[in-house]
Amino acid sequence: MHALSIPHATTCVALRYDNGVVMAGDRRATAGNLISHRSMDKLVEADRHSGVAIAGAAGPAIEMIRLFQLQLEHYEKVEGTTLSLEGKANQLSMMVRGNLPAAMQGMVVVPIFGGFDLRRDCGRVWDFDATGGRYEERDYVATGSGSLHASTVIKVGWRDTLDRDGAADLACRALWEAADADSATGGPDALRGIYPIVASIDVDGWRRLDDEDLARRFAAIVEEVRAR
Amino acid sequence: MSMPFYVAPEQMMKDRADYARKGIARGRALVAVRFVDGIAIVAENASDTLRKVSEIYDRIAFAGVGKYNEFDQLRVAGVRAADLKGYQYSRDDVDARSLANSYAQMLGNIFTHEMKPMEVEILVAEVGLDPAHDQMFHILYDGTVVDQRDSAAIGGDAETIKIRLGETWTEGLSLPEAVKLGAHALGGNDREIPAGDLEVAELARTNGRRCFHRLDIGELEAALA
Repeated sequence: MHALSIPHATTCVALRYDNGVVMAGDRRATAGNLISHRSMDKLVEADRHSGVAIAGAAGPAIEMIRLFQLQLEHYEKVEGTTLSLEGKANQLSMMVRGNLPAAMQGMVVVPIFGGFDLRRDCGRVWDFDATGGRYEERDYVATGSGSLHASTVIKVGWRDTLDRDGAADLACRALWEAADADSATGGPDALRGIYPIVASIDVDGWRRLDDEDLARRFAAIVEEVRAR
Repeated sequence: MSMPFYVAPEQMMKDRADYARKGIARGRALVAVRFVDGIAIVAENASDTLRKVSEIYDRIAFAGVGKYNEFDQLRVAGVRAADLKGYQYSRDDVDARSLANSYAQMLGNIFTHEMKPMEVEILVAEVGLDPAHDQMFHILYDGTVVDQRDSAAIGGDAETIKIRLGETWTEGLSLPEAVKLGAHALGGNDREIPAGDLEVAELARTNGRRCFHRLDIGELEAALA
């Protein structure tokens, strides 16, 4: 599949904290052994109270996200009310299943989905497989080639007492370690000022962390690594 | 064999127009008022769940009076057309003028070809990037389109309401002022409409991508106070 030189996208995580969900995704896309994009948005706001992040073939993945966002907004406008969080996850699962023939030919798209459930008053996260299988996880999910490293970091650091700030730090650390060990995951690019996308979703909706905030968090990680 | 009666086309059109007008006049009216950040739409509506005013797209709102099932059908068709166009081309390509035109086509066709005309009047409003590009289109049951600049009134007794709006509207209103002005124009001098019987939404440039915002009862009471 790498012989096709289709851009691929890589490490994304989502974890629950006391009042919601933090999601994060790196910015690198690779085609074979080359870096094809340095500032891809793999994590996007699906609607006000949910976010979706993707790993896999970039083209079909971005198209899937675009259609997913459209469907959520369309439903909201036509029905006058938003879909339930589970309804959104189910919708996404059907779209992944629709991509199965392309997945069999190497263009796999594997998203993760997280959001704030207004009816249950808590954050929830899901991951998917290439056949559209939808699995809700209790604490965190990760996807992409660096997901093994990222999810290990989160597994070790996760506590059910995490607040938004702590969850954002943990997500940054997970992406850092994934980028450190996986060539297809991009780390923070201080030279160009490109940082991963990190956002939280709580009862008030989607809030993205700005680049200055992320620069500080990654500088702190750098200091800590250097001091070892 | 029985012969169908001959009815002159003029008479047929007039009958249909009278029928539609009668249906529309029975319902409560609504107004749209331009204010400094966009357009406020104020409707008299006793229901908390059945809406007269709704969102079509990022910068476009829809308001309808008359028969609920008929204008709701038009609303859904508008949302579908706008979403499809924005997905196929770009979000920037969705505009109120072309939407108003397709509504006019639909209503015009139904008026001339169907048994019964639609008993509705609708308003399509678009908030521009600056006040000079705010637009409102008033579309009648027979497909007539009228574009309106500062304020618009549709539904029963719209002519009287329009006169009241014309007398009181000024450039540079704030949102609460626009809501008060709209509510007053709907009620007239001898009737004050309670907040619970109003449905108010704004299309504001300051709201980010999706400019449409429905005022909840708290916001509405604060605006009317």
